[in-house]
Amino acid sequence: MQDKPDIADLMMAVQEFISAEIAPQLTGHAAFSARVAGNVLALMQRELALRPGFRAAQTARLETLLGARGSLEELNHTLCAKIAEGTLGLDDAPLIDHLKRATMGKLAIDQPNYAGYKTAQENDWPEEG
Amino acid sequence: MTSPAQASDFTRALDALCATHLGGAMTDYTRLSGGASQESYRFACGGEVFVLRRPPGGVAKAGGSSALSMTDEARALKQVHGAGVWVPEVVHICTPDDGLGMGYIMRFIEGQTIARKILRDDEFAAIRPQLAAQCGTMLARLHALNSDEMTGLPRSDAAGELNKYTEILRAHAHPHPVFELAIKWLSDNLPAARADALVHGDFRMGNLMVQPQAGVVAILDWELAHIGDPMEDLGWPCVPSWRFGQHQNPVGGFGQREDFYAAYEAAGGTIDRAAVRFWEILGTLKWGIMCTMMATAFTSGADRTVERAAIGRRASETEIDLLRMLEGQD
Repeated sequence: MQDKPDIADLMMAVQEFISAEIAPQLTGHAAFSARVAGNVLALMQRELALRPGFRAAQTARLETLLGARGSLEELNHTLCAKIAEGTLGLDDAPLIDHLKRATMGKLAIDQPNYAGYKTAQENDWPEEG
Repeated sequence: MTSPAQASDFTRALDALCATHLGGAMTDYTRLSGGASQESYRFACGGEVFVLRRPPGGVAKAGGSSALSMTDEARALKQVHGAGVWVPEVVHICTPDDGLGMGYIMRFIEGQTIARKILRDDEFAAIRPQLAAQCGTMLARLHALNSDEMTGLPRSDAAGELNKYTEILRAHAHPHPVFELAIKWLSDNLPAARADALVHGDFRMGNLMVQPQAGVVAILDWELAHIGDPMEDLGWPCVPSWRFGQHQNPVGGFGQREDFYAAYEAAGGTIDRAAVRFWEILGTLKWGIMCTMMATAFTSGADRTVERAAIGRRASETEIDLLRMLEGQD
């Protein structure tokens, strides 16, 4: 077991250093890259916090939807194959519910400020987890 | 990196070209930023300002790309300029004798291309409501050109584009169930095959040059021009990823579809609503798959920049847009 600070706190320290101290001292492309780096560190912190619950919830839903067991990656490959062959499609309510939740989860980690995500939240799409 | 020796060879060649073809000495030479895949340089000669556009180092990338060669791009630009479409005037296409590699020289046009500035800065507030109609008018003129007269351009239609991106996704091998759902919908809703128009192929914010008073003054970056379905150019600017946060304005973040379509029809074009919708959804899928390609470019080591890595994580934006679009929203 490691000591304090934990990994989320360490990431936050680096993120704040890059975004608040480094980026303002740079210009042009380097300043842009530093802002992107700060955003990536923020994304990593969100993923660290949300990933375990999201993966467990997705795996449970996919096992029910597909009637199969496996890793989340294997289940997703099976789901893709069933959609491509037309066994599951737009008129399957449980599929759409699953895809909405899974995608809401991706956005909560990747880009929580994205306009399309905010619109979906306003329209009461189901959340992941 | 360009070494000092190469840089001076380059400026010497450009200087010589100015003397031979533009009638004067070169002054005020600067490299322009922007344009991820091409280099551009602004320079003055005889009281006028010009831009040289060329592939990196003047050498075309070998194989794999569907982009036009610089020479074909310049020829296409000349033809559309002659038909009254707002594009920079090409004044010279580079030959081997010029010593600059592939490339061409066009007249410089003053204007803004950065989407966030056009969509947010006060100086563009008055012209913004006119932009959708201007785009519609320009596209109708472009699509009215006789595509039989265009040489050197590739052909591609809806089925071809869908197959191309489906193959890229399958090669990527990371599961994207939402993309699969979109591919299924698109294969079930293919528009009638047509490849009867000159299509710009990348008509969106970022490739439109805008002035605060005049509005759209030039359509840039013709390297994806092809003979295809004209509805592709009406769908692509309405892809949610090109709205830069202004989701209430489906056309490029600045306008409404009705104004865009009305201007297109007033200028002689015919809108096929179902086909435009197909291209909007295919366009959203395309940008999502391009994000996965950037993830591959990063993980393969081809491009280790933090921007490339970060764009990989934007594929999910297109997935939420696709789900909303497949439900008939947006």
